[in-house]
Amino acid sequence: MARKEYSFYPGCSSRKGASASNYRVSVETMCEELDVQLNDIPDWNCCGASIGYAAGGELPRLALSARNMALSEQAHPDQDIVATCAACWLSTRGTRDRLLEDGDLMQETNQALAAAGLKVEAKQKVRHMVEVLIEDFGYEDLGNRVKKPLNGVRIAGYVGCQTNRPFGIDGESFENPVYLDKLVETLGAESVPRYEKKVQCCGGALAFSEPEKSQALIKEILEAAYDHDAHMIVTPCPVCQMNVEIYQGHINQQYGTKFQMPVVYYSTLISVAYGRSAKASGLNGQVVRAKQLERIADQ
Amino acid sequence: MTMSEAAARSYRGNFLKEVEANVEEGDWVKMCMQCGVCSGSCPLGPYWDYPPHEIFMMIRANKRDEVLGSSSMWMCTSCYNCVVRCPRGLPITHIMHGLAHYADRLDIAPADQPTRKFAKMFWKNLTRTGRVNELRLGLALYFMNGMGEGLKTSIKMKDVGLGMVKTKRMNPVEMMGGRGCEDAEGLRAILDKAREIELAKAEKFQA
Repeated sequence: MARKEYSFYPGCSSRKGASASNYRVSVETMCEELDVQLNDIPDWNCCGASIGYAAGGELPRLALSARNMALSEQAHPDQDIVATCAACWLSTRGTRDRLLEDGDLMQETNQALAAAGLKVEAKQKVRHMVEVLIEDFGYEDLGNRVKKPLNGVRIAGYVGCQTNRPFGIDGESFENPVYLDKLVETLGAESVPRYEKKVQCCGGALAFSEPEKSQALIKEILEAAYDHDAHMIVTPCPVCQMNVEIYQGHINQQYGTKFQMPVVYYSTLISVAYGRSAKASGLNGQVVRAKQLERIADQ
Repeated sequence: MTMSEAAARSYRGNFLKEVEANVEEGDWVKMCMQCGVCSGSCPLGPYWDYPPHEIFMMIRANKRDEVLGSSSMWMCTSCYNCVVRCPRGLPITHIMHGLAHYADRLDIAPADQPTRKFAKMFWKNLTRTGRVNELRLGLALYFMNGMGEGLKTSIKMKDVGLGMVKTKRMNPVEMMGGRGCEDAEGLRAILDKAREIELAKAEKFQA
């Protein structure tokens, strides 16, 4: 099959030395195995995430994403834009929808972009990496490439919010999306289809500003995974991954729990199942180590 | 007269009109039918002074100071649960962001609201170089309520930070500035222009 190319929007957290740098490592490995070429949008900027709204008004926030789309149109006009971060995808896709449905907004946004000599048409589709996996490859194809099935690993699929709502993946239900469960099974692992906290919010950016309120939500997400005897949690979102993984120590102190639950990316699972090393799969980026995956990778 | 009083006056005390003119997706507010599904769906629902459906009715009932001065909208985590469940299809998350932004712009949002403070730091951080510098943002957050509390928070967060440094998901060198957009200046010019257009539009609606 011919190599697939996408116009890639990496986002702030995936940079070297940033909180989701391990996500980037595993995505690159996964893409090598799938013969996918990711072409970075030149000089991309932050999307404003879900917390840019206090100081940034609607048009400035649309302009952030519009600048990325404009740069992408110049550099890779025939490729879909693909993001790995939930917030990057949501902001960019939301901006595209708004610009295409509202001619005034399109005109105002272009007026703003003109301040740096740019122009946007918003023609390119904006997709999340899991859409690429499901739509451009499909579960069967993804499964055929498995070299080391993740036998005996029980994994709760934590979809979270922003890859699920408001746009959703593959037309699935907002209340009970199953794509992570299907992916987990495709890789030979065991899914937790009744994981009741799969779409619960982790607090998002409020994990920083309202830690107690957010950690109460995160506790429920972890607890439900333990209730189903899950060995680890998998997620498609960098903020979900970080929030659910790194505050377990604080939650244990606060609630007297003994949580020690690895939280990995889908791309980590895929890289390991495709036979790549622990390092190439980003496993050395786990604050809570995923030892079962390390063992499979080291076999 | 404060900025907020001036804004209220130009809409002759009609807060719904003011919201429609100034708040993102504000023209949807009148579509709310008070079913309360949004409020029941919010992960931080118990913490809102006025849950979303009450906010919508309060806007129509002219409760301007109560709405804009409340910490309610700042409880929004942007989970979009309310948006996908609203039977009338209101873009509730966007409206909450819009209300919070407007209250901030008029400077009548609660001064000590932690998410307001954090959100403003985030914007400042991202517009400096065009990309978020997580280390600087984190430290600014810890110290947002002064040195004493900042040191206490830093000690509390020590293990979390060490875990991130050890796994190379945090880089102390970023404190020196870190890499941003090459054309950060162009990006700022775009944002300034966008803000200018947005404010001019609200002005026009008033007149």
